Amino acid sequence: MIRVVLPAHLKTLVNVRSEIQLEVEGIASQRSVVDALEGRYPVLLGTIRDPTTKRRRPFVRFYACEEDISHDDPEAPLPAAVVSGDEPFFVIGAMAGG
Amino acid sequence: MSGVRVLVGTRKGAFVLRSDGRRKDWDVSGPFFGGWEMYHIKGSPVDPNRIYASQTTGWFGQLIQRSNDGGVTWEPVGNQFNYDGVPGTHQWYDGTPHPWEFARVWHLEPSLSDPDTVLAGVEDAALFQSTDGGQIWSELSGLRNQDSGSSWQPGAGGMCLHSIIVSPKDPDRIFVAISSAGAFRTDDGGKSWRPINKGLHSEGLPDEDAEVGHCVHHITMHPLKPDTLFMQKHWDVMRTDNAGDSWVEISGNLPTDFGFAIDVHAHEPETVYVVPIKSDSEHYPLDGQLRVYRSRSGGNEWEPLTKGLPQSNCYVDVLRDAMSVDSLDRCGLYFGTTGGQVYASNDEGDSWEAIVRDLPAVLSVEVQTLA
Repeated sequence: MIRVVLPAHLKTLVNVRSEIQLEVEGIASQRSVVDALEGRYPVLLGTIRDPTTKRRRPFVRFYACEEDISHDDPEAPLPAAVVSGDEPFFVIGAMAGG
Repeated sequence: MSGVRVLVGTRKGAFVLRSDGRRKDWDVSGPFFGGWEMYHIKGSPVDPNRIYASQTTGWFGQLIQRSNDGGVTWEPVGNQFNYDGVPGTHQWYDGTPHPWEFARVWHLEPSLSDPDTVLAGVEDAALFQSTDGGQIWSELSGLRNQDSGSSWQPGAGGMCLHSIIVSPKDPDRIFVAISSAGAFRTDDGGKSWRPINKGLHSEGLPDEDAEVGHCVHHITMHPLKPDTLFMQKHWDVMRTDNAGDSWVEISGNLPTDFGFAIDVHAHEPETVYVVPIKSDSEHYPLDGQLRVYRSRSGGNEWEPLTKGLPQSNCYVDVLRDAMSVDSLDRCGLYFGTTGGQVYASNDEGDSWEAIVRDLPAVLSVEVQTLA
């Protein structure tokens, strides 16, 4: 079970107030977690990554275990603490003014 | 009892303003979608409870919201705007080819006959259509693929398709305007398009009378005269009486003919309104005086409308989609400013009052006249 924390605007979109708990099939990676997120909440399609290229949007970041893992291989396994549910997987709206 | 609903898109959310036919007392609801840029919100002429809204941010991209109850509740619908086929390239700022990339929806134009059909004008400039209430969007790619498409180049505000007018006389005739390519028309429902910029004159172009490349800011039409269009160009206010085949300048005695917004009186096809802005580098009114100008003669002779508008120390802008009219008797006018005010007139512009004063910067204002 993966714990996912969304930024405020995306929480509003999916109508949740706290973190989301997801079952992810196969290896838990950035890509499979976002796949599962979009599967449960189709409204998130296009808000975290491009729906066609699957590339992360420029002002969205992924954090885990106090590290910015945004530039890691999207298929790479997430840290064990995230996979075990001890640590959440954060989707972050980057600080970009506005 | 009749009434009006004013749909306001701002840099940080949407607002819905309601009043009865007297248009004196207003109920303000919102913000809806707080924190998101609401580029445009517009209701169906067929079913006023059906409203479409463009919701976007640089962070999380584009959503389209739809309301079926007049803006009380909303649901997200489709947000995939994929260019048809291999998109190809347009010119970038440095003159190099640049792939067409979707950025946002600038304008939504619901059909005149079907509440489930809606057109969307997007950046990078293209026209999309949905026939299922906004779930699935398909590009009308004949526009982008006509001869000049690969030569279009963005202006400072991006290469956006911001104006869409479907002719009430012929639904296959559609007019669009693009910054900074110009105006275009189809007569076959969007399959083929041609530039309609003859008569436009832009000093910023190497060829000042070029077929494309003009920075058109907005176009508008009165439904009783569907071959007459009015245009606020970057500089110059223009009109055509032959559906865009040729344009003539009608700036006349305007103190400056730069601006963004332009609209037509609901009942008088030759009564036109603009909000002159000082210049293309000073996006605020001349002399700090916010003045709407009205022409009752289809242009050239303009009168300033100032009653109720700030006449000193006012340095806001009025953006291209931020002015609209209702169809009550007398015609009402509405416009929003980058300072967050929404001004209303219930007497054809003779006098004005601020409905609200402190919203985020207003991007768009649309009015629904309710039975």
